[in-house]
Amino acid sequence: MPVAKSPPSFRRLFDDIGTVDAVGIEERVAKYGTRSVKKKAKVFGLRLAVTMVDLTTLEGKDTPGKVASLCAKALRPHDVGEIPPTAAVCVYPAMVRHAAKHVKGTAVRIASVATAFPSGQAPLKTRLAEVRAAVADGADEIDMVINRGAFLSGEFGLMQDEIAAVVEACGAATLKVILETSELETYDNIRAASFLAMRVIRPNDFIKTSTGKTSANATLGNNQVMLEAIRDHFLATGVPIAMKPAGGIRTAKQALTFLIAVKETMGDEWLNNGRYRFGASALLNDLVRQLEKERTGAYQAPWNFSEASEGY
Amino acid sequence: MIMARASNKTNPARELVFGDLWEYDAAPETAAPKLKKRYDLFINGQFVAPKKGKYFTTINPGTEVKIADIALGGAADVDAACKAAQKAFTTVWGPMPGKERGKYLYRIARLLQDHAREFAVAETMDGGKPIKESRDFDLPMAAAHFFYHAGWADKLPYLAAGRQVAPYGVVGQVIPWNFPLLMLAWKIAPALAAGNCVVLKPAETTSLTALKFGEICQEAGLPPGVVNIVSGAGETGAAVINHPLTSKVAFTGSTEVGKLIMRSLAGTEKKMTLELGGKAANIVFEDAPLDQAVEGIINGIFFNQGHVCCAGSRLLVQESVAGEVLARLKRRLATLRVGDPLDKNTDIGAINSKEQLGKITELVKAGVAEGAEMHQSACQLPAKGFYFRPTLFAKVSMSHRIAREEIFGPVLSMLTFRTLEEAVEKANNTPYGLSAGVWTDKGSKILKMSTLLKAGVVWANTYNKFDPASPFGGYKESGFGREGGKQGLMDYCKVG
Repeated sequence: MPVAKSPPSFRRLFDDIGTVDAVGIEERVAKYGTRSVKKKAKVFGLRLAVTMVDLTTLEGKDTPGKVASLCAKALRPHDVGEIPPTAAVCVYPAMVRHAAKHVKGTAVRIASVATAFPSGQAPLKTRLAEVRAAVADGADEIDMVINRGAFLSGEFGLMQDEIAAVVEACGAATLKVILETSELETYDNIRAASFLAMRVIRPNDFIKTSTGKTSANATLGNNQVMLEAIRDHFLATGVPIAMKPAGGIRTAKQALTFLIAVKETMGDEWLNNGRYRFGASALLNDLVRQLEKERTGAYQAPWNFSEASEGY
Repeated sequence: MIMARASNKTNPARELVFGDLWEYDAAPETAAPKLKKRYDLFINGQFVAPKKGKYFTTINPGTEVKIADIALGGAADVDAACKAAQKAFTTVWGPMPGKERGKYLYRIARLLQDHAREFAVAETMDGGKPIKESRDFDLPMAAAHFFYHAGWADKLPYLAAGRQVAPYGVVGQVIPWNFPLLMLAWKIAPALAAGNCVVLKPAETTSLTALKFGEICQEAGLPPGVVNIVSGAGETGAAVINHPLTSKVAFTGSTEVGKLIMRSLAGTEKKMTLELGGKAANIVFEDAPLDQAVEGIINGIFFNQGHVCCAGSRLLVQESVAGEVLARLKRRLATLRVGDPLDKNTDIGAINSKEQLGKITELVKAGVAEGAEMHQSACQLPAKGFYFRPTLFAKVSMSHRIAREEIFGPVLSMLTFRTLEEAVEKANNTPYGLSAGVWTDKGSKILKMSTLLKAGVVWANTYNKFDPASPFGGYKESGFGREGGKQGLMDYCKVG
């Protein structure tokens, strides 16, 4: 006797979690950009954003020296103005032990992208070994990529089992699950993948938009879809999940708009770096530049900021 | 230092906290509205004092502070305006080729864009709507209407295939206080494009931008008499509508006044179009994307403090998701910012007048007395000015007054339904029929609903969307005639 075919799994999932209207979500997020954040509120928002930065370098040409200067920048983003340290530095697993020399025991945590970042196309055994190695070298946080292939072919169980295996390999380290939104393509898929991930990770683990290695990165739209998924999951289960948009957020103005989305969607309890992060590099100097402008009343030249990546 | 880590414990209350951790500082719009202390009538291209010398005061409903004195036009002033319009029609505007008329309309549209910030501030001060709406909606839309109709001015021979169209001559127009400048644009742009001259009476509480529009007409070099603005009260409007020279009248306002106008014009040869009240149903099916539906519901009822004739004031939700939608609405209500209309972060501004605030308050009391369940946001209201908390009524029945009467304020009545047929039956069970909204993931349901709903506009998975090319108007007691698009332009033409 033939085995009865199970109903299409996407259909079942959407019946459970609901769908997203693309036009509606983009209309909603366009309104965040019209909020006007001035004076004290601006300074608060900028400082908050600094504390949420996962200062990142993920290049083939990374060296212990480059990581050392990144760590110094994370600990002390600017030489004046009492600017707080960033949340973390984010490096490849091979660089974790070098970062540990500079930031272990400080407020700055070490995050590492593991699981055959950015494609995730390596055997599970290899990916898990990479996670364990990074944690053993001192990573406090692991940024993993989901198996997009499994998700898109409807093998949700496989995708979730792999995340669960990484959770186990993390031990005490915080996990961030990268959905790689540009490869999921639709808001419906982003919502679906968010729920699948959230159901197997721990309170205050993260879901994260992207690797920064594909053409499209974090947008206000996919940030909003993921925040709303986190909110719905929290209200239904009581489990708070954290959020990290990554890639493409380069200016202070953009960061403030993302934070406005957090404030108006999730409320005060998500406005801290345990619940929200920015995966970014150039962003930090623009935040510092804007804070210096608020402090001194004038914009400073780029060469007044260390590690400025823009040309001058 | 802001390094507080989130606690690892789960929150047993499972509610979000919308507190004051990160409050926005005041962000008032500072552009100058360039207002005069006293505004005269705009007749025959000039600002002239009213013949009886009477003025009334216009105040800022957000602060109750006086803004300016406005001329009170009487019958003699209306007569002068109508004669000026008639003269302009026979000597200049009527004979002028369409493409020349179009140039003036383009010029007006561009000048409105040039003066957009100034007009937006004036509109917000005079009417109470949030600056972000006057800035991002009213002004761009008003300019868009002039641009759109400017394009029609030299294409009138193509308006009605195989038939000739001609202007009426002098058109009398009376507009409401909810979108003062935009309603002026909806009225004046098609009238002028078709070759008519106009006498327009703005609403008593919101004459400022209409009179400032007179300055735009001067700046555009519009021939004297083509546009005349006569401010005043109800009697002034009656004089415009009943004047023997106005051969077509257009009115937007309450159904009550619309009925009076129909009575007074019965037996005359005047053409008329009326755009009156509404009690629109916004219908949410269980398969709708709920967060976007909630945004649409909020936009549908709280846009412009609910002072919108097509506001989605009756929310019909399928019973299976009613609890979920109510919870999401209450959460969204908590993040709406009510206050100073000139603050760029204000979502809901001031009620237009003390009188309107009284009407809203009375109907909300009736809702409570009839047993509906009221939810209001806990926001602080400014001490001075006319404000009303965004209000949501659950457990409303079709027989409640708040489900039948137009409240014209930030008050939403939520009802439930079980099947599509019941939704249609409830949506159509009203004397009005201006607009409706449908929220569902299923396209076939949208098409079915749009044919069954007796409403001039049916929005699907969105609400309050307008475009100059899209006709707008009502069924039943919501009026007749259309504004916008080809259909709206036809209402300003004799078709021969």
